[in-house]
Amino acid sequence: MKKSIISNIDQGAIMKINKILKNTLLIIFACFALSACATSKKTTGQMQGDVYTGTDTVEYLASGVPDRVFFATNESVLTTASRETLRKQASYLRKNSKITVVLEGHADERGTREYNLALGERRANAAKDYLMTYGISSNRISVLSYGKERPVDSGSNPLAWSKNRRSVTVKAN
Amino acid sequence: MRIFMKIIIFLILIPSKSFGLIEVDITRGNLDPLPIAVSPLSIDESSRQNFEKILKKKNIGDEISKIIEVNLKTSGLFNPLNKDAFLQAPDIANLKPRFEDWNLIKAQALITGKVSYIGEKLRVEFRLWDVLAGKEMVALAFTTVPTNWRRVGHIITDKVYQRLTGEKGYFDTRIIYVAEEGPKTKRIKKLAIMDQDGANNKFLTLGNELVLTPRFNPTSQMVTYLSYFRNLPRVYLLDIETGTQEVVGDFPGMTFAPRFSPDGKKIIMSFAKDGNSEIYTMDLENRIVEKITNHPSIDTSPSFSPDGKFICFNSDRSGYQQIYVMKSDGSKVKRISFGKGLYGTPVWSPRGDLIAFTKLHKGKFYIGVMRTDGSGERLLTENFYQEAPSWSPNGRVLIFYRETKTDDKGEGFSAKLWSIDLTGYNERMVKTPTDASDPSWSSLLSN
Repeated sequence: MKKSIISNIDQGAIMKINKILKNTLLIIFACFALSACATSKKTTGQMQGDVYTGTDTVEYLASGVPDRVFFATNESVLTTASRETLRKQASYLRKNSKITVVLEGHADERGTREYNLALGERRANAAKDYLMTYGISSNRISVLSYGKERPVDSGSNPLAWSKNRRSVTVKAN
Repeated sequence: MRIFMKIIIFLILIPSKSFGLIEVDITRGNLDPLPIAVSPLSIDESSRQNFEKILKKKNIGDEISKIIEVNLKTSGLFNPLNKDAFLQAPDIANLKPRFEDWNLIKAQALITGKVSYIGEKLRVEFRLWDVLAGKEMVALAFTTVPTNWRRVGHIITDKVYQRLTGEKGYFDTRIIYVAEEGPKTKRIKKLAIMDQDGANNKFLTLGNELVLTPRFNPTSQMVTYLSYFRNLPRVYLLDIETGTQEVVGDFPGMTFAPRFSPDGKKIIMSFAKDGNSEIYTMDLENRIVEKITNHPSIDTSPSFSPDGKFICFNSDRSGYQQIYVMKSDGSKVKRISFGKGLYGTPVWSPRGDLIAFTKLHKGKFYIGVMRTDGSGERLLTENFYQEAPSWSPNGRVLIFYRETKTDDKGEGFSAKLWSIDLTGYNERMVKTPTDASDPSWSSLLSN
């Protein structure tokens, strides 16, 4: 008698599990479909490829002069948008010749600590070189790499990581 | 000649079981740990009272044997038996164990010993017995200051481990690491040091500035690490005993990823300037700085071979992070990692035959080992995030740190130390009072 009750319960449970499995499979398929769309378009809301294009976390050195530029995973190449931001920064710095800046280079959490320190330094220097080609003297710019030590977004997801791969221009005086 | 023959015949005739002393094989994953009985170290009443007064421990003999037990269990190679089943009293067992009794509870090895208070010192003697063969394997006595009582337990474990495995232990050692607290975006990091088993944890810096990647020198008295003191990331040298600190070298930019040379005379590190990181050494005595690499890519995470003749390091000169080996003068650079994915943090084994590394492949992080020519790659553990392996001094265990995923609400993040045997077995979390990262294992303190 006892046995049959148990097996009834078991069957009920198995049916439920089957339902859950079906649902999760559906969700998984939906996810695949969505991500396929995402990769084919290359632009998803706040990212182009995996470079952040949004304005969340961005601060301003002056009106219309964003303080930071973003990078692709493992890259230190400046995007078109980054170059535009840096040209604005250069023009602002030319007008305010007494201001010195620190370029703080950062990496996301998906890399080994020591390599990321080097990568942050490389990113900040990419920004520095660009500012210099627009007439800002190197002695007004210092570079500081934080590697992955100072994320702005603590999330563990591609969007958060894209916000964290950055070089931030900070006024030093 | 005839006697010699007789001996050979004698050896052949004797069944090997009764004569061959127990051995533990550490080269394979040990799924069948050796049953071992750790009899509490016996203690006479006046010694017990004296130690209770000094150390505030009711029975120091029991305490020391507990340390031995925990060490043996953590190694994964031994199975310390429950003390409730022991039939023989500790003091008598130490004189002459009744092997039948210990055999009965399936102990294959037995540790006995005695602690006494002599002239304000702690004197300990211990013996390791082979229960099946009915033989003493090790007997040793030593004297130390009472406050060293935990180390006594570790030293005994090292001797037992060495006798049973044929290799030096790693129990009388310390771990230096970075203690972490606070939210991910404003993490507070301090240098911390503790015994290998997590006891005697002590913070070495206050957390006012960011500190990273501490590493011991070969004698484990000095530490080199990265500090952001005054927002200038530089390699520092710290004397653990005196607490004195100094910047290493006079570089016009960030220095990072420091390690000592195997003779302790040099520090090898990266220096980053104008977007390019190169590897340098600095002699601590004459302060001579040498540039070792010369390449417009990132060159970092250098680690010497134990003979000092080679350096393995991390470079992205191929376009991505890979592991390279070169001669210690920077010549003969050779890429050794060719598997799928990115490779970082190479560390040369103290035995010289392997290089441990971190690997990133398809969004997962692995700790693995390969031979020094890059062959025989073996991945030991896979996770969401883990890196920075450091070798136990006998080259049998790796300690590293692991981070958990942060959810969309910013919750769930943690960083912890973990250890795993070279065999890929015996993965364990190493308990720390706070979150922890960047562990570095000391050498064996007593030798």
